[in-house]
Amino acid sequence: MDISLLLQFFINGCMLGMMYALVAVGFTLFFGVLDVIVFSHGDSVMVGAFAGLSFYLLCMYLSPGMPVWLVTLFVSFAGMAFVAGFGMLVSRFVIMPLRSAPALNTLLATMMLGTVMREAVRLFFPDGSNPKPFPRLLPDWSWKFGGALLRFDNIALFIAGGLLIVGVALLINHTRLGMAIRAVAQDAEAAQIMGVDFPFIVLLTFAIGSAVAAFAGLMNGLYYNEINFNLGLLLGVIGFSSAVIGGLGNIYGAILGGFVFAFLQVFGTVAMPFSSAYKDVFAFGVVIVLMAIFPTGILSERQSQRV
Amino acid sequence: MRNTKDFFRCAGLALALFAYLTLFFGAEDEWSIAAYVLLGVGGVIALVSFGALPAIERLIQANERACQALMIAGTLGIIAVFREDHYTLFLLGTIFVYSAAVLGINVQLGYAGVINFSGASFFGIGGYTAAVFLQNTPAPPLLTLLLGGIFSAVIGSILLFPVLRTSGHYSALVTMAFALLLKVFLEVSEWLGGPQGLALPSLKFLGIDFAEDLVIMGNEYSFYVKYDLACLLLLIMTFTFAQRIERSWMGLAMDAVRIDETAAACFGISVTRWKITAFTMGNFVIGVAGALYSMMLSYINPSNFTFSDSLLFLSILLLGGIGSLWGVIAATAFMVVIPEKFQIIQEYRYLIYSAMVLMMIVFRPSGLLPRKPRRYIAGGPL
Repeated sequence: MDISLLLQFFINGCMLGMMYALVAVGFTLFFGVLDVIVFSHGDSVMVGAFAGLSFYLLCMYLSPGMPVWLVTLFVSFAGMAFVAGFGMLVSRFVIMPLRSAPALNTLLATMMLGTVMREAVRLFFPDGSNPKPFPRLLPDWSWKFGGALLRFDNIALFIAGGLLIVGVALLINHTRLGMAIRAVAQDAEAAQIMGVDFPFIVLLTFAIGSAVAAFAGLMNGLYYNEINFNLGLLLGVIGFSSAVIGGLGNIYGAILGGFVFAFLQVFGTVAMPFSSAYKDVFAFGVVIVLMAIFPTGILSERQSQRV
Repeated sequence: MRNTKDFFRCAGLALALFAYLTLFFGAEDEWSIAAYVLLGVGGVIALVSFGALPAIERLIQANERACQALMIAGTLGIIAVFREDHYTLFLLGTIFVYSAAVLGINVQLGYAGVINFSGASFFGIGGYTAAVFLQNTPAPPLLTLLLGGIFSAVIGSILLFPVLRTSGHYSALVTMAFALLLKVFLEVSEWLGGPQGLALPSLKFLGIDFAEDLVIMGNEYSFYVKYDLACLLLLIMTFTFAQRIERSWMGLAMDAVRIDETAAACFGISVTRWKITAFTMGNFVIGVAGALYSMMLSYINPSNFTFSDSLLFLSILLLGGIGSLWGVIAATAFMVVIPEKFQIIQEYRYLIYSAMVLMMIVFRPSGLLPRKPRRYIAGGPL
C-alpha cells in the first residue's frame, strides 16, 4: 500500500466522518431533549440537499450575475433555514403528540415520516426519481502532497462542518439557552417549574438539529456533486448508529461515533481481505459487536438504567 | 356452540364478510373498487354507530371454534371462486404467508417485547435457505421448509447476545444494522446470485407437482390453488401455535417479561430465557414462511427483503394492533391488497401507505383490532 493512497483514504474518511458526525449530532440532541429517536432525520439531510439545489436554481433564475460566494452563502443559509422550519413543524405535529406513546410507536412514526418525505421528493420534485447534479459552488483549487490530491473544497467543507459542530457545542454548554436545553434534557418537569419555556426549547432544539442536518446534506451535495432522493435512508441509519455507538444524548459521543463509523468503512475498503463491496457488511457487523460489548455506547448515556 | 341461533348468526356474519371480500377481489376497474372500499368503510362505521360491535364481539368470543371453522371455510370458498385467476390466487397466497410471518414477529414483539427490525431479513434467510437446498441437494421440500425455519432461528441466535444485552433504542439499532448488513451481503455475494438472486425448481410433494395446473374431474384450475392451500395450512398452523402460546403459562410468562422485566424477575421468571424463546420461535416461523413464499414465487432476490419490507411487517403489526392475531390477518390483507388493486395509485402507494400508518400511530395507536385483556378463566369474567 503506497503512502499517497493511504493519505487519500484518510482524507476521504475525514470527510465522511464529519458528515456522519453532523447527522449524529441531531439524533443525540433530539434524544437528549425528548427521549425520542427521530428516524426521519436522515431524510432531513436529503431535504436539505434538495432545498439547497432549489435555492441555487432560484438564484440563477432571479439574478444570474450574482457572485459565486454570495450564491454559496445564500444557498447554505436558505437551505438550513428551510429545513430548520420543517424540523419545527415535525416536532410540533408529529413528535410532541407522541410524547407519551411507547418508544416503538415514535420510532415507527418517524420512519414512516421519513418515507413520506422521500416519496414526496421523488414524486413531486421535477424528475425527482433520477440523481440530480449538484452545482460546484466552491473553487476547485487543489494541491498535491506526494501522490495525494488535497482539494480546497474538501478542506473548506471540513472546516465549516467542524465550526458548525463546535458552535453547537458552545451554544449548548456555554449559553443561557443551552443551559435551558440541558435542563430540559435532564428533567423536563423540573425545568418547567424553574420557568423554562418547554415547547419553545423543544422547537429550538429541533430547529438547531435540523439545520445541522441540512448542512450535512449540502456538504454531501458539494462533495459528491450529485444528490438523489434516496440518500437519506442509509445516512439516517449510519447517523443513528454513530449516535448510538458514541452513547445517545452525548454530543461528543456523536462526533466520536461518526468518525468511528467512517473509518470502519474506509478500513473495510482498504485493509480487509474481501472485496470493497462488503465494506458496509463489515461496518455494520462491527457496530453489532460494539453494541454487544458496550450496550449503552462507548461514552455511555448519563442514566443508562431507568427502572 | 351454545345454540343453533348463535350458529346462524355467526354464519350470517361470515357469509356477509366473505361475500364482500369475493366482490372486492373480483372487482376489476378502479371505480367499482373505490365503491367497494367506500361500502366497506360505510359498513364498519354503521356497525360502530349502531353499537353492534360489542354484541358481535361477545358472539365471536362465545363461539370461537365455530367462528374459526367458518373463517377457514369462507377462505376456501374464496379460493374456489377464483380457481382460474392466477393473479388473485397469488395475492391470497401472499396474504397468508405474510400473515404467518407477522404472527412470528407478534410472538417476539407482541408477547415478549423483543424488538425486531429485521423481520424481512429472517424471511429472506428462510427463502435463500430453501433455494440453496432445493438447487444443490435432493432434499424433500417439506424438509426444506423446516430447514428454512431452522436456519433463520440459528442465524437469529447470533444476534441474541447483543439483543439481550441492550435494551430499547439500542436493541432496535442492533436489528436494524443486521437488516442492512444482510441486504448488502445478499446483493454482493456472488454465491447467492447477487442482485439477480436465485431461481427455485418447482415444488414437488407427495408426488404432486406444484407447478402443474390442478386437474379435478377433467377441469383445469390454476396451479396457484395448490400453493394457496399450502400457504393457508401454514397460516392455520402458525395461528394455532400463536394462540396456544398466548393462552398457556408460556404466554403468561412472556407477557410478564414484556410489561415489567423487574417485576417478572422478582417472581422468578427468567427474563433472558423467555426473550430467547420468543425470539427464536418467532424467527423460526418467519423463516418457514419465507421458504414457502420463495417456493411460491419460484425465484428469490434481495429486493424482496429490504429494510422497508421489515418496516412493512412492523407496520402491519401496529396497524392490526400489537398482540392481536385476527388484527394481524386483517391488516395484512389490507396492506397487501389495497396497493395492488389501485393500480392508478401504484406510483404513490408508498407515500399513501406511510402517511396512513403515520396518521394511525398518531390518532389510534392501539391499532384496528386491539388485543383484549387476558381472560384467566375460560368463559369467565375478565
